Amino acid sequence: MNATYRHRRRVERLMFGATAGATVATLGVLVFLLGYIAWQGATSLSWSFFTALPAPVGEAGGGMANAIVGSAKLLLTAALVGIPVGFLGGVYLAEYGRGSLASCVRYAADVLNGIPSIVIGITVYALVVIPIGHFSTLAGGVALGVMMVPVALRSTEEFLRLVPDSLREAALALGAPRWVTIVRVVIPAASRGITTGLLLSLARVAGETAPLLFTALNNRFWSPGWLQPTASLPVMIFTYAIAPYEDWHRQAWAAGLVLLALVLGTNVLARFLLRSGAVRSA
Amino acid sequence: MIAIAGTIAIVLLRRSALARAAFGWSFLWTSTWDPVALRFGALPFIYGTLATTAIAIAIALPLGLGAAVCLAELMPRRLADPLTFLIELLVAVPSVIYGLVGVFVLVPAIRSLEQAVGPVLGSIPLFAGPAYGVGLLAAGILLAVMVVPFIVSVSREVLLAVPQTQRDAALALGATRWETVRDVVVPYARSGILGSVFLALARALGETMAVTMVIGNRPEIAASLFAPAYTMAAVLANEFTEATDEVYLAALVEIALVLFAITLAINALARLLIASVRAAPGAQRP
Repeated sequence: MNATYRHRRRVERLMFGATAGATVATLGVLVFLLGYIAWQGATSLSWSFFTALPAPVGEAGGGMANAIVGSAKLLLTAALVGIPVGFLGGVYLAEYGRGSLASCVRYAADVLNGIPSIVIGITVYALVVIPIGHFSTLAGGVALGVMMVPVALRSTEEFLRLVPDSLREAALALGAPRWVTIVRVVIPAASRGITTGLLLSLARVAGETAPLLFTALNNRFWSPGWLQPTASLPVMIFTYAIAPYEDWHRQAWAAGLVLLALVLGTNVLARFLLRSGAVRSA
Repeated sequence: MIAIAGTIAIVLLRRSALARAAFGWSFLWTSTWDPVALRFGALPFIYGTLATTAIAIAIALPLGLGAAVCLAELMPRRLADPLTFLIELLVAVPSVIYGLVGVFVLVPAIRSLEQAVGPVLGSIPLFAGPAYGVGLLAAGILLAVMVVPFIVSVSREVLLAVPQTQRDAALALGATRWETVRDVVVPYARSGILGSVFLALARALGETMAVTMVIGNRPEIAASLFAPAYTMAAVLANEFTEATDEVYLAALVEIALVLFAITLAINALARLLIASVRAAPGAQRP
């Protein structure tokens, strides 16, 4: 054991200690974040949060029932827009996508995935809000739907690729045409994984705020139909958090807890679903 | 997919035509932002975006890479896998919730830090100015927290993809495990790690809500970390629904166009880098 060697060992311990510190710090942030929101949210949450409309400024109490319903309607619209496109695109990429067009689509999906959500909001504003003439649930849903597409597409493709080729060959050997093979054999085999992937893509857009600011706007009352501005949980959190009223801050924490529980719950659920096998008989 | 990407580009180009005609390229380097006089220059926003992103990466890179090394090289898989999953959960947290925590926890903390540091280091321009709490530093730290999981999860993946023979060879030559990591494993995974940083960059550049809530929203260029600033995404979020004039609106859309172009370029680069590692493991160094 000479001095240089001892020095090298010391450096090793020091640096590995530092990496462990980095890990602990990152995990610490997560634990703090979850703990703090759970604490603040739980103390602010009440029954009326789920059932009442927002109270007028200066009055205590009130809830976010309209925002919860609004979020649900937005997500429904988003699913109607994003899931068919993402799902069918994924099937195309996995089953037919070989050439340069397919790799172009794949690349575009990955790049689109990284585009700031606010830019998508502006595009939808120009394409949907301006023709209609005012902000609406429809426009917000379309914006969220567009954001879903890349995630839905890539996850569908990946899970379909996990289906072994022997399954496809067996179906084809029995005389099934290609589309029957895909619809009756390949997709059912990967259905659990695909559903999970679509669920995750929905969870991802559930917390999006930026694209809603100028598509769905906000609303302090119930929003009838699909063509009126609507409240949503993320936008409500934003508005309430930057407002100067103490009571609104409490509401924002409560909404934050509900939203976080929803999104993280979906993620954890997806993890457990996938653990027991994403693809049947694989 | 291509259609969507193309449509976004075309819409942004058409809607910003008015501003591009009025201000030309000088839009990018003039710093007046005056909606009343209808004179617009995007420089403060570009500066704010780049500065917050730089702070975020400066904090997130060492933290993320350190955690990735620890999770890939030191810990047994049975422990590292669930921990990585927990860190990846941070990606799923909606950005408005980061903003919420930022407003009520981070900003007061930074304000008291500024009050403590201000009298001592206030003569240095980097730490000058009144203690608002909101500003570049708050936005940078919040962004760092938001992008760390990207760096951890992608870097860990590429570190795990480094062939064991590389490590064995270095250890056999008498290197300590740390020297193996520093001189062999990390350089081998270099381009993948760089790719993860670019992904983090793209996310930080385009992040809207959390930044809007803590940056202070003032279109000025100041050298101080403590000064309020403004980013491209934040000005869009705040002013787009309030823009009453055609030229004003077009100027905002042009900012969106600049943002779109920057993130597009960075994303494309990131994907290429990551793909180059996955496609040819072991091909770079025989």
